Amino acid sequence: MTKPAIVHSLVLRAAVAAAGVFLIAGASLAEEGAGLQEAGARVTNITSLQSGARTFFNYCSGCHSLKYMRYSRIAQDLQLSDDEVLKNFATAGAKIGDLAVSNMPSKPANGDEAAQGAEVWFGKAPPDLSLEVRAKGADWVYTYLKKFYIDPTRPTGWNNTVFPNASMPFPLWELQGVQTPVYAPAKPGEEAAVEKLELSTPGKLTPAQYDDTVRDLTAFLEYASEPAALQRHSIGVWVLLYLALFTLLAYLLKLEYWKDVH
Amino acid sequence: MATTPVRIQPKNRLLAWIEERLPILSFLSSHTSEYYAPKNFNFWYYFGSLALLVLVNQIVTGIFLTMFYKPGADTAFASVEYIMRDVDWGWLIRYMHEVGASMFFIVVYLHMFRGLMYGSYKKPRELVWILGMLIFLALMAEAFMGYVLPWGNMSFWGAKVIISLFGAVPWIGDTLVQWIMGDFNPADATLNRFFSLHVIALPLVLLLLVVLHLAALHEVGSNNPDGVEIKKGPKGSRFGADKPADGIPFHPYYTVKDLFGVAFFLIICAFIIFFEPTVGGWFLEHDNFIPANSLVTPAEIKPVWYFTPFYAMLRMIPAKLPGVIIMFLGIAVLFLVPWLDRGRVKSVRYRGLGYKIGLGLFALSFLMLGAVGAGLTSEYIPAWFGAHADVTTIENFFGRFWLIVYFACFVALWAYTYFGWEKTKPVPERVTTHD
Repeated sequence: MTKPAIVHSLVLRAAVAAAGVFLIAGASLAEEGAGLQEAGARVTNITSLQSGARTFFNYCSGCHSLKYMRYSRIAQDLQLSDDEVLKNFATAGAKIGDLAVSNMPSKPANGDEAAQGAEVWFGKAPPDLSLEVRAKGADWVYTYLKKFYIDPTRPTGWNNTVFPNASMPFPLWELQGVQTPVYAPAKPGEEAAVEKLELSTPGKLTPAQYDDTVRDLTAFLEYASEPAALQRHSIGVWVLLYLALFTLLAYLLKLEYWKDVH
Repeated sequence: MATTPVRIQPKNRLLAWIEERLPILSFLSSHTSEYYAPKNFNFWYYFGSLALLVLVNQIVTGIFLTMFYKPGADTAFASVEYIMRDVDWGWLIRYMHEVGASMFFIVVYLHMFRGLMYGSYKKPRELVWILGMLIFLALMAEAFMGYVLPWGNMSFWGAKVIISLFGAVPWIGDTLVQWIMGDFNPADATLNRFFSLHVIALPLVLLLLVVLHLAALHEVGSNNPDGVEIKKGPKGSRFGADKPADGIPFHPYYTVKDLFGVAFFLIICAFIIFFEPTVGGWFLEHDNFIPANSLVTPAEIKPVWYFTPFYAMLRMIPAKLPGVIIMFLGIAVLFLVPWLDRGRVKSVRYRGLGYKIGLGLFALSFLMLGAVGAGLTSEYIPAWFGAHADVTTIENFFGRFWLIVYFACFVALWAYTYFGWEKTKPVPERVTTHD
């Protein structure tokens, strides 16, 4: 670890240990996440963000936008050149200052029946993912992307245990492979529930590699939901150190002034 | 200590010229270096100046947010994200404003608890307390309207639920709700009027009330942890023969002490702002990162933490109008405290055991109602009572128990002091830390 990173991690740990209110908040978050797997995404890991961005723009951006995210900001924060971002990530003809908006039309254009849109194809337009992690949480996104399974009863052929009957097809199948559901014995009058998923057709990646890919993708989406996170972490350490020193000086000043109060 | 009219005569000729016509230095002096405060303030006396600090923070950061925020149902959400991403330091300004809002309530709740502990609402400080309560009311309105402005899904549904409470008013309820919203749902018109009220109308009211709160305080003088009136005590100190022996000038003694308090407080604020700005959904709720959508109701509609005790009062009563009345009474009863409490002894240090127990139970009931309002109970009941527990019944029992405790504290306070059941300890002549 570099020196600022060590300071950073020490300050973080000390502060987390000290602040009881956050423990309570954290505990309640963990409760909400019942059934979700821990993403372990690290938004400060630039390599992970770069890998996640690659996956996002290869597999997701065909349908999903990041409509509050500019290509130039991605280049700057992920330490990539403008050319790299334009060539590998941006839609054709986009400029570096543009927002990362998908080319997929959501509605049929001008009543032109031939030019259908996502609302016709999927039943609803694919949601913008700019704030997905802030709204649903990193663990939800991570687990969701791991829990697709084949289901011939669905229009897309895919279903999901985290978000049942999601209208999204599963573009990452060639990486993860195909999972088939194992149903628990159904109680009378109820539909059988999925007990677990089994990998019936392996994908290009091993399960461990796939976990890493999805973790990186989650980290990238976490970054996209709050690019300022990178800034606030690096500045925050210095602000706290400054305030600690200031508090000490203020305390000494108070002692000096109060010497004659008995 | 009532402010002494001092007359400053500056040596600088320009200042002297101004001072003869507008005695601004004399005014400042009589409220700072000539304002004598008891010398035994403890930890609980930091929160008044901290509340003032947060108020200034909200105004300054609010001015900058207003430069970039675009009120309007189609523009508000995107403009907040614009501030968070494209405006230089916009994220910091926004987080300072958002964390400031929650810290405001933390500080104000502790400030109010201090008042209850040391009897700062008692004669002659009844108006200080009443003005403080009015500030609290204005602050609640200000916070509610501010929460609507980002136009996230919780903004929308929170506004819908809270405004619909006015529908409980007999006869005119429905019309009143539409009049407040300017539409049949919270919409563009609602957002624009809330923006106007949030950035100008209510801040003006708040500032005026704060000035009056301080003016009333400086007229009667500050209370202290011993509940002793220093101006009734002996006179004469190194500051002057006519000065109270147990008083020290607010400036520089309490300005440097508060500076230390401010610095320490800022460490806590900075930690939240830079490392945990949403506080796990407590300061900024997850559902508010989804744009307002009248077709999709959040899984659980709940207010931000600082409204949860009052929200629980509403929820624990099965009918709408009585629920609204109980919630209203929960706030209104605090206005009456100076007259409910007939006891002569101010500070909890010298009051009877009953008062100490009552004060503790009151604080506990406030926290427990907060837990109910925040949905913590419905979350933990299955864990404690088994997965098949009847959550609603248990939660209602728990919430109503603490609701009764909350109101019983006020009734008991009156009976305890009116019938003379309280056994107080002797109050010292002077503050306990004199030489």
